[in-house]
Amino acid sequence: MKASVDETGKKMGMWLFLYTEIILFGGLFVLYAVYFSRFTADFIQGGKQLSLFFGAFNTVILLLSSFTVAASITAVQKGQKKAAVMNLLVSILCGVVFLINKYVEWGEKIHHGIYPNSDTLTGMSSGQNIFFGLYYVITGLHGLHIIIGLILLLVALFAVSSGRVTASRFMLLENSGLYWHLVDLIWIFIFPLFYLVI
Amino acid sequence: MKATASFFETPEPARFKGILSWLITLDHKRIGLMYLFVILFWFLLAIFLGGLIRLELMFEGQTIMEPEIYNSVFTLHGVIMIFLFIIPALPAVFGNFFLPIQIGADDVFFPKLNLLSWYLYILGGIVAIISLFSDGFPDTGWTFYVPFSISTNTNVSTAVFAAFILGMASMLTGLNFITTIHRMRRPGMGWMQMPLFTWSLYATSWVQLLATPVVSITLVLVILERFFSVGLFDATRGGDPILYQHLFWMYSHPAVYIMILPGMGVISEIIPVFARKSIFGYKAIVISSLTIAIAGSLVWAHHMYTSGMSDTAVFVFSLLTFIVAIPSAIKVFSWVSTLYKGSIEMTPPLFLSLCFIYLFSVGGLTGLVLGAAGPDIHVHDTHFVVAHFHFTMFGGTGFAFFAALHYWWPKMFGRMYNFKAAYIGAILLTGGFMFHYVPMFVLGLMGMPRRYFDYLPQFAQGNFYAGFGAVFIILGIVIMMINLGVSFKRERDAAADPWGGTTLEWMTPSPPPLHNFVGEPVVDKYPYDFTRVVAKHAPGGQED
Repeated sequence: MKASVDETGKKMGMWLFLYTEIILFGGLFVLYAVYFSRFTADFIQGGKQLSLFFGAFNTVILLLSSFTVAASITAVQKGQKKAAVMNLLVSILCGVVFLINKYVEWGEKIHHGIYPNSDTLTGMSSGQNIFFGLYYVITGLHGLHIIIGLILLLVALFAVSSGRVTASRFMLLENSGLYWHLVDLIWIFIFPLFYLVI
Repeated sequence: MKATASFFETPEPARFKGILSWLITLDHKRIGLMYLFVILFWFLLAIFLGGLIRLELMFEGQTIMEPEIYNSVFTLHGVIMIFLFIIPALPAVFGNFFLPIQIGADDVFFPKLNLLSWYLYILGGIVAIISLFSDGFPDTGWTFYVPFSISTNTNVSTAVFAAFILGMASMLTGLNFITTIHRMRRPGMGWMQMPLFTWSLYATSWVQLLATPVVSITLVLVILERFFSVGLFDATRGGDPILYQHLFWMYSHPAVYIMILPGMGVISEIIPVFARKSIFGYKAIVISSLTIAIAGSLVWAHHMYTSGMSDTAVFVFSLLTFIVAIPSAIKVFSWVSTLYKGSIEMTPPLFLSLCFIYLFSVGGLTGLVLGAAGPDIHVHDTHFVVAHFHFTMFGGTGFAFFAALHYWWPKMFGRMYNFKAAYIGAILLTGGFMFHYVPMFVLGLMGMPRRYFDYLPQFAQGNFYAGFGAVFIILGIVIMMINLGVSFKRERDAAADPWGGTTLEWMTPSPPPLHNFVGEPVVDKYPYDFTRVVAKHAPGGQED
C-alpha cells in the first residue's frame, strides 16, 4: 500500500530503540555511581588490578571498527561495493578481536580466583567485591551486545554482497551501523569507569 | 458502502488457511483482536485467582488453601494482572486497532515488529506458565523484592524472565506507536487535530520507552544474582537492597501511568460523543497527558517512605507526588465540564465512563493520603494501599477497558450488543466493587496488613463484606462477557457510526475494510466538532 519507503521513519525507529539500550546500561551506571561514592577507595584499588593495556587496546580497535562501518556506508552510497564489503569485514574482525581480548582478560581474572561468589573475592573487602561484580555484569552485558552487533553486521555484509543493500536503499546497513556505534559508545563509558578510575 | 469486504474477509494466502492466516497476519486490526482474546483469557484467570484470595480471607483461619499456596496465588494474581493484563490491555488491543485508523493511516509503521511484539507477549505468557509448574509457584509478590526473591527456593528466575520478555513486547509496541504517530498521520492532521486517545497513547509510548529498560536490567540482575551470587543487592557483601527497590520503582511507578493514561484517553473519547458536545479543554487534556508522563517518571520513591531514605528525599518525593495529582485533576474537571449543558445520551459505554470518573477520583484522592509522608507511615503496607491501587487500576484502567470494549465493539465486530444486559452487568460490577474495596480502606486504617494469610478477630467483619462484594464483581463481569459474546449470534448490521462519533474510525464501515478506509478519509480541522452529528440527529435532520 505504501508507495514510497519512508527511510526517515525507519531511522527514527532505530534511534528510539538505541535510546532504550542506553537506558538499559543507564540502570547499571546508576548502580556504579552509587557504589562508587560509597566505596571510592576500593574502586580505585580494583581499577589498578585491571590491565590498562588490554582496555586501551580494546578501545582503539572498537573505535577503528566504528570508523570502518561508517566508511562502508559511504562506500555503498558511492556505489563501491567491494570497498564496502572490505570495510565491513574489518569491522567484524575488530569485533572478534575485542571478544578474544575480553576472553583472555576474564580468563586471567578467573584464573586468579576473582569471579562472582569465589572464595578469593568474597574474602576481599565489600567494595572490591562490588567493583568486580559490576565489572563482570557490565562488561558481560556489553560483550553480549558486541555479539548481537556482530550478527547484525554479518547480516548487513551478506545484504551488501548479495546486492540487497544499494546506493538508493541502504537503511539495513545504516541501522546495523548505528547499533554498532552505540555498542562502541557504551564501551567509551565503560573504559574510564573501570580501567581509568583513580 | 456495505459492499466493501471487511478485514475479516481478507483473502487467505495459499498455504495458510483459517487460523494460520491470522497467525501470520501483519494487519494491525487482526493483531489487535488476537491480543484481545489472549488478554481476556489472562484477565479472567487472574479474576478467578483474586476471587480465591478473597474467599480465603472471608473467614478467619484457613478456609480453602494452605498459607504457601496463598502466597503463590497473590503473586500470580499480581503478576498476571500487571504484566499480562493492565499494561498491555488498552495499548495493545485498542491502540493497535484504532491508533492507525484515528490518524487516517492504513497500518502501523512497523507491521512485522507489531506481530513480533504479539509473539513476544505470547512467549512471555508461556514462560510465566512454565514458572508455575517447575520448582513450585513463585511466592514473592509481583514486586520481586530482594533479598527474598534471591533466597527463596521457588522458581523466581523463570517468572522474572517472563516479565523481562513481556517488558520487551511492551517496549516495542511503544516504539512502533511513536514512529507511527510521527510519520504516518494523514496530511492535514497536525498535532492539535489528533484524537485524544491517540494523544494518550503517544504519551504512554514514551513512558514505555523511557522506563521499561530500567526494569529489564533490574530483572536481569535478579536472575544473575540467583545464578552467580554477585552480591550487588546483598548487604553482607557490600550491596544495598534499597537500590533494588529504587531501580524497580523507577520503572514500576511510571508503569502505573502506562496503565492509566490510555484509559484516560478512552474516557476523553467517550464523554464528548455522548454529551454531543466538544470536549472541554482539548489542549489542557493533551498537555496534562504529557505532564503526567513526565512528572510521573519522577515520583518512584513514594513507594519507599518506610524503606529507609533520608528525610530530604522523602520530602522531595512527597512534593512531586502531589504535583502529579494536578494534571490528573485537570482531566477529571475537563470531563465533568464537557458533560455540563451537554445533550447527554445514556449508553453502556457512557455509564461505564461515569463509573470510571467516580472510582478513579476516589483512587486518586486516597493516593494523596499515601503520598503524604506522615499518614503513609500509618497505612503503609496495609489493606488501605490494596484498596487504593485497586480503585485506580481496576476502577480506573479496568473500567476504561470495559468502556472501550463497549464503545468500540460494534466497530470491531460490526455487531451491537444488548444494552439492558450490559447495564445489569455494569451495575453489578460497580456495586460489587464498592462493597469489595471500601471495607478494605477501613481495614487498612484499622491496621490490617496486606498479603497476610490470616488476621485478628477485629478484622473479620470487613473481610466478610469484601468477600461478599467479590461475588457481585465476578457475576457482573460474567454477565458482561456473555452479553458481548452473545452478540456474535446477531447479524453483522452495526452502522458505520452507531454512536454519532466524529473521529476517523466512525467514517469507515463496521468492521473496517483491510486498508481501513473506503476512499480517502477527510480530516476535520478539529476532531471534536459535533455540529454535523447534532444536525443529523435533530428532528427533521438527514438520517442516512
